[in-house]
Amino acid sequence: MEYIKKYPKAFQWLFLLIVFFGLCFAIEVPETYKFIRGQAEFVKDPNQSFYIFLGKEVRYYPFDVFWRLPPLLGWLPIWINDSLFFLMNEWLPMEFWNEDTQSYKTRPLVLQITREITSVMTFLIELIRDILLGGLKTIVAFTSWDFVGSNSWAKMPGLPWTIVAAGAAILAYQLSGKGLALFAGLVMVYISIFGQWKPSMQTLSFILVAAPLSFVFGLGLGIAAFKNKRVEKALYPILLVMQTMPQYAVLVPALVLFGVGDHAAVIITMIVAVPPMILLTLLGLRAVPPEVIEAGRMSGCNNWQLMFKVLIPTARRDILIGVNQVIMVCFSMAVISAFIGAKGLGFNLLLALNQLNIGLALEAGLCISLIAILLDKMSLAWANKQVDYFGNLTFYERNKNAIYFGIAVFIGIVLAYLGSFYFKQGFNYLFEVPHNKGISTADFWNKGVDWIFDTFFVYIKAFNTWLIVEVLQPMRALYLRMPAVATLVLVVGAGYLIGGVRSALVVCGLTLFIALSPWWDRALVTTYMATFGVIVSCIIGFTVGTLCFQNKHSANFMLGVCDIFQTFPSFVYLIPVMMLFGITDTSVLIAVIVYATIPATRYTIEGLRSVPTALHDAATMSGVNKFQRLTKIEFPLAFPHMMLGLNQTIVFALFMVIIGAFIGTEDLGQYILKALSDKNGAGIGLTLGICVAFIGLIFDNLIRTYVQKRKKHLGID
Amino acid sequence: MSNSVIKCENVFKIFGANAKKMLKESNGNVDAKTFQENGCIVGVNNASFEVAKGEMLVVMGLSGSGKSTLLRCISRLTDATGGKIYIEGQDLLKLNNKELIDLRRNKMGMVFQSFALLPHKTVVENIAFPLQIKGIEIEDSISKAMDMVKLVGLEGRENYFPRELSGGQQQRVGIARSLAVEPDIWFLDEPFSALDPLIRKEMQDEFLRLQEKLQKTIMFITHDFDEALKLADRIAIMKDGIIEQLDTPANIVLNPATEYVRKFTEEVPREKVLLIEDVMDKSDIKDLSELKVFKDETIENVAEKILSQDKAVAVIDGNNKIVGSINPTRIINTVFGGRKNSN
Repeated sequence: MEYIKKYPKAFQWLFLLIVFFGLCFAIEVPETYKFIRGQAEFVKDPNQSFYIFLGKEVRYYPFDVFWRLPPLLGWLPIWINDSLFFLMNEWLPMEFWNEDTQSYKTRPLVLQITREITSVMTFLIELIRDILLGGLKTIVAFTSWDFVGSNSWAKMPGLPWTIVAAGAAILAYQLSGKGLALFAGLVMVYISIFGQWKPSMQTLSFILVAAPLSFVFGLGLGIAAFKNKRVEKALYPILLVMQTMPQYAVLVPALVLFGVGDHAAVIITMIVAVPPMILLTLLGLRAVPPEVIEAGRMSGCNNWQLMFKVLIPTARRDILIGVNQVIMVCFSMAVISAFIGAKGLGFNLLLALNQLNIGLALEAGLCISLIAILLDKMSLAWANKQVDYFGNLTFYERNKNAIYFGIAVFIGIVLAYLGSFYFKQGFNYLFEVPHNKGISTADFWNKGVDWIFDTFFVYIKAFNTWLIVEVLQPMRALYLRMPAVATLVLVVGAGYLIGGVRSALVVCGLTLFIALSPWWDRALVTTYMATFGVIVSCIIGFTVGTLCFQNKHSANFMLGVCDIFQTFPSFVYLIPVMMLFGITDTSVLIAVIVYATIPATRYTIEGLRSVPTALHDAATMSGVNKFQRLTKIEFPLAFPHMMLGLNQTIVFALFMVIIGAFIGTEDLGQYILKALSDKNGAGIGLTLGICVAFIGLIFDNLIRTYVQKRKKHLGID
Repeated sequence: MSNSVIKCENVFKIFGANAKKMLKESNGNVDAKTFQENGCIVGVNNASFEVAKGEMLVVMGLSGSGKSTLLRCISRLTDATGGKIYIEGQDLLKLNNKELIDLRRNKMGMVFQSFALLPHKTVVENIAFPLQIKGIEIEDSISKAMDMVKLVGLEGRENYFPRELSGGQQQRVGIARSLAVEPDIWFLDEPFSALDPLIRKEMQDEFLRLQEKLQKTIMFITHDFDEALKLADRIAIMKDGIIEQLDTPANIVLNPATEYVRKFTEEVPREKVLLIEDVMDKSDIKDLSELKVFKDETIENVAEKILSQDKAVAVIDGNNKIVGSINPTRIINTVFGGRKNSN
């Protein structure tokens, strides 16, 4: 009894675990239960039960409700599909003027709107592509194919790669300095020499459209949310879900609304990239000191002046960090949206992976990563750049970068012109290095992969088999062995112990949604893979972080490594693991572990660093040694921040597990991928996405609530 | 008073959802405790006062006393919950948004504790900001702002950014900015509280010099009683939203109205604060010594001379006319004596 009084929390947890395991053992596995049951496949089977809701038949295998809940939400995907279909094809037909046929045509409103958006997006992408690569689509848009056909001069020439490279270097120089300028130049030259120019510029043109649009929308919505509490309240749940929503899942509904191609990719990218922009805009505007706002008001600003002359310039840095986030999301999406036909490096990467041509995949992946790192560094430099005063400089000093660029354009054109005489084979290498004429290292890498396979095959295979048979299979079986009721009790109990009734209700709602959807078993598999990844990542990340923290230089180095790794588009992680482990669950899990170790390491170092120096000094003066300081001072104080790292680790892991479906897993991700090629996939894809988002949100809610309480308890902000 | 520039009548500021309703029900008798139990926080409780043209009213109080809230009611950065505020006879609370902006663009200037400079603008651009907001051409605004730069002694630093200036320099920019539109009313919200003691003293002297020249109507907020004594024409001492006493510095030191005010006055070096005028005897002007002292002298400056006399000393005004007398005993009583002058 004394112990119970002394450690009431510990006993409450113990009690919860006893109830959980009690339920697990008390509820037996039904004899008819098999994992691959195809609950939601809509295949008729005499063993199935069915119910009818909203005129839709939902079929499922009935079990004891303690074992698995019936899919009472099974109608949701079908209903979403029907609603979308209705919106697109039947709702509110109106007359619209058709330019081509010179007549009015009746079309449903939503369809017309999506078509209009599509044509605007397509025009913007083509415009930038024509500038970067040359072409005639922009001119066609203003005139007609006939006009272009009869006038051979009506063609955008495109910029020689030398000019783009010089431009990138000059811009990098202006933003940061010589180092970044050199890097920018080298990246561009690399891309060109290795024959990746065209796909790179296609990807870049896609980003140059998606990023500014996302920025504008994110900023606008962020301002609206800042000005109006109701807008914020309406946006908040969407922002929350979008943070944990796998990007795959957004692809499917967008496919229905906007079709296939670059324009659809831009729209999806905006859907994914706008939420972080909104969040950072809000954060930045909120951080403006109230006195600065008052100073603006007392200067006689009206609302408009206050926003654009006081608030936004003061919040400049946070807003530009938002731009950085937007660019990173764009890169991630540049690859993923290749699934719905976006051209560029992502498409090549996907194609190469599909053909198991690791060498080619590696080249494309490297290019994407290099451009991503470059743009990341450039946008961060922009955010951190202080405003400068130009008033007292001469015209030359003020405009020297523009002048240099002008010179670069001139030299580039001259070189390209001379090149057209020098290179007679029909390829002007000073204008553009064609895709198949650059240096290619693909063969080298492929041979390397073959060699690794030949040499280490036995070991890799042994490891693989051991992992799958001894660790993964049993773990998966354990997860699937959990009765739904036991899981629910565990999650809700944890919610109650951590955050009281409110938290318990939130996590209960989230869990019930998944339990009542037709994909509970798949969700368990997703959770098991994520759990495995998170555990290993945390062990590695916390250890590496703690070790690196012991030395200032190694800590900085490690943070830099984390920065770079985080810049890689998530898909790129699949390349090396496929190289080594082929198409197995092991590959996915290793990609998950590598990817999820980044936040675990980063937050450990940051958390340990955030311990105030005064406490270090106090500890040192109390005569602690290094180990005591770590265990008694640094870990307890850094713990809340490390838990936030755990939260991020879970989000990253879930994310990669879902992407891993590309390699072939049996979880929610596989179904999302399937939904991509399904005519009626939109509802399924979206519901699955929400399921994954909710798994993330359950952990997010629990961890955040705990961290808030703990921080309040420790008195740190 | 016809020449009052700021006039407050029963101003209340109460935070909370039901503030308006509760204030109405309380009939002007606000008890902070009952309000707090109902989820309301009383910021300003029944403040009534006037500030005359060219007068400097210093509002003094500790943190949470409602002094900044009062100032924000009068500048209408926040709307008062009840009562009336007149600025030059205009009912402030009845102004619409446009009129309010007009009033701020032309009549009001404000200085903030944390300087509140715009980080993306240079010194001169910060100062020109209110002018540009008003719609003045950039060149004109910059040349006007340069005058202000000179006024506060920042020549040569006009193209610096706030991040490159010290705290004292930043506040000079804040002061220059608030003066750029040549306002009649000048609000200062703890302008020197964030500065080091030495810089603070320098800025106070500088501020007095400016006021000598500009003669603005001023509301000055501070938590520093010495600062209030040094600068004020009149001081309002606030506690829990209520103005405990509003009087001249001398009267506050000599006749503290409440126990709370008395605590502040205890440590005050009276000989430095009080003038001969404040303690002299106006009726008894017979039988005086040869020595004459000006009524505007501080006691500190003339105490030694007066104490060397046997008889009472004549007090004269600027026209050399005798307006009263003071005897050595009174000097001793004032400086070392009880808390109340035996008038």
